[in-house]
Amino acid sequence: MNKLEVSNLNLFYGETHALRDISLEIPARQVTALIGPSGCGKSTLLRTLNRMNDLISGVKISGDVTFEGENIYSDVDVKQLRMRVGMVFQKPNPFPMSIYENVAFGLKAQGIKNKKHLDSVVEESLRGAALWDEVKERLDTPAFGLSGGQQQRLCIARAIAMQPEVILMDEPTSALDPIATHKIEELMDELRKKFTIVIVTHSMNQAKRISDKTAFFWMGELVEYGETSQVFNQPKDKRTQGYVSGEFG
Amino acid sequence: MDTVNKIRTSELQLAQKQTYDWVGKGFHLLFLCSAMVGVVSVATIGGFLFYEGLPAFQEAGVSELILGSEWLPPALFGIFPMIVASLISTAGAVIIGVPVAILTAIFLAELAPKWLADIVRPAVELLAGIPSVVYGFFGLVIIVPAIETLFNIPAGNTILAGIIVLAIMILPTVITISETSLRALPSVYKEGALALGASHIYSIFKVLVPAARSGILTGVALGVARAIGETMAIIMVMGNAPAMPGSILEPARTLTANIAMEMSYATGIHASALYSTGIVLLVFIVLLNTTLLYVNRKRSC
Repeated sequence: MNKLEVSNLNLFYGETHALRDISLEIPARQVTALIGPSGCGKSTLLRTLNRMNDLISGVKISGDVTFEGENIYSDVDVKQLRMRVGMVFQKPNPFPMSIYENVAFGLKAQGIKNKKHLDSVVEESLRGAALWDEVKERLDTPAFGLSGGQQQRLCIARAIAMQPEVILMDEPTSALDPIATHKIEELMDELRKKFTIVIVTHSMNQAKRISDKTAFFWMGELVEYGETSQVFNQPKDKRTQGYVSGEFG
Repeated sequence: MDTVNKIRTSELQLAQKQTYDWVGKGFHLLFLCSAMVGVVSVATIGGFLFYEGLPAFQEAGVSELILGSEWLPPALFGIFPMIVASLISTAGAVIIGVPVAILTAIFLAELAPKWLADIVRPAVELLAGIPSVVYGFFGLVIIVPAIETLFNIPAGNTILAGIIVLAIMILPTVITISETSLRALPSVYKEGALALGASHIYSIFKVLVPAARSGILTGVALGVARAIGETMAIIMVMGNAPAMPGSILEPARTLTANIAMEMSYATGIHASALYSTGIVLLVFIVLLNTTLLYVNRKRSC
């Protein structure tokens, strides 16, 4: 069962052709890694999946992206889409408010005020992000007081509080040290049981460690897409082989 | 032995280099002197005001001067009505002007299409450049007659007229600084909020404005300082009667207007009483600024 399907997607930033005729299917409850050198279009593709590119002026898109069979650019309300397709960003971006308010933010934005309900969702989400034990005594303190790795797990908690079906991760560990990265990777191994995860990463080792499927992008094209072990061990395309073996990129 | 010599030579070179650092020292001095200009000015102004104003405090007594409600120089020097007039006109200007300014700043930073922002922003900047005497004209020609008709009173030169003129005068300061601080926010705040399915408006009020709070408060502080210090426009529209106003539909004289109107002919203790009006004004501005700074620091996280 495919959660997201991209077919014949082309994307232009003004005159720049950033994504060229991309088609791929993202299976449910698996981790799909998007890899490739900087500027290859992997982050751009990720941001089309929850329509974050809408924020940039001058973006033109053709082709289809469907989420559970519905076209996200015509059939679905963008706010509904973003509630069901959550996102974690490259740099941890907690809001300037308390830990509790950060996690409850998405629900409050939907007008949910029931304190008991919010309390239970906050606890559940922080547990889900493996952060509860570290912060349960100081939920009312500012989120900026947390370490970088904790902040990123808070952002994951904030995303899963909305009970999304998909979580998009845009290089979620590139600003973190190896220990914090390891914790996030462990967490992703838990999250894959409940969520479909699409992750953009610069680290090929990370892609190897955590993903089920890997897509390799090169100059706006999807060069190769398959099982992670196949892409890394028996790449079909020469460019993939060059990249995963560390010859360039 | 060779190494020791090398170290000695490099120490020697370092020492020589240090003696040539007169450029750095010179600039250091230049920066220090520049920084001192402001400090010295403030100290001089404050010292001068106190030196000239103290005789009036000694003659009339601090409580007579600050709490007295009769201004009849050279007999009575009560400036309480003027303190009230200054505070009410400033507070009124803030209550009207600040919300308008913040909404405008949000509109410019987040919502306005580019072509419209390109019309509004220069208009706001132009507003900042209009001399206050021209604001006085505007108040005299438009607002004062409007108040006469609207409230059916004989003279529209009232506190209300002053409030409206001041509210418009503080707009550019508050708008420009608030917009700048909203634009300076990293885009990840907005993206993070929208990515959770929050609406744009909700994101603005719950994430962006709180995140830019310290900059917005700075804008408000500067707006307050401008309002309480404004003189010319106020003299032109507020009627300047030195009596205690009964409502905002009566004329009143602010601290600044009191100084500006009588300084040209005041002598002796009368002149000293005007300086002491200046002391009171200075104290109010310092109090307001420190309060806002304190609020700003305490609540930022």
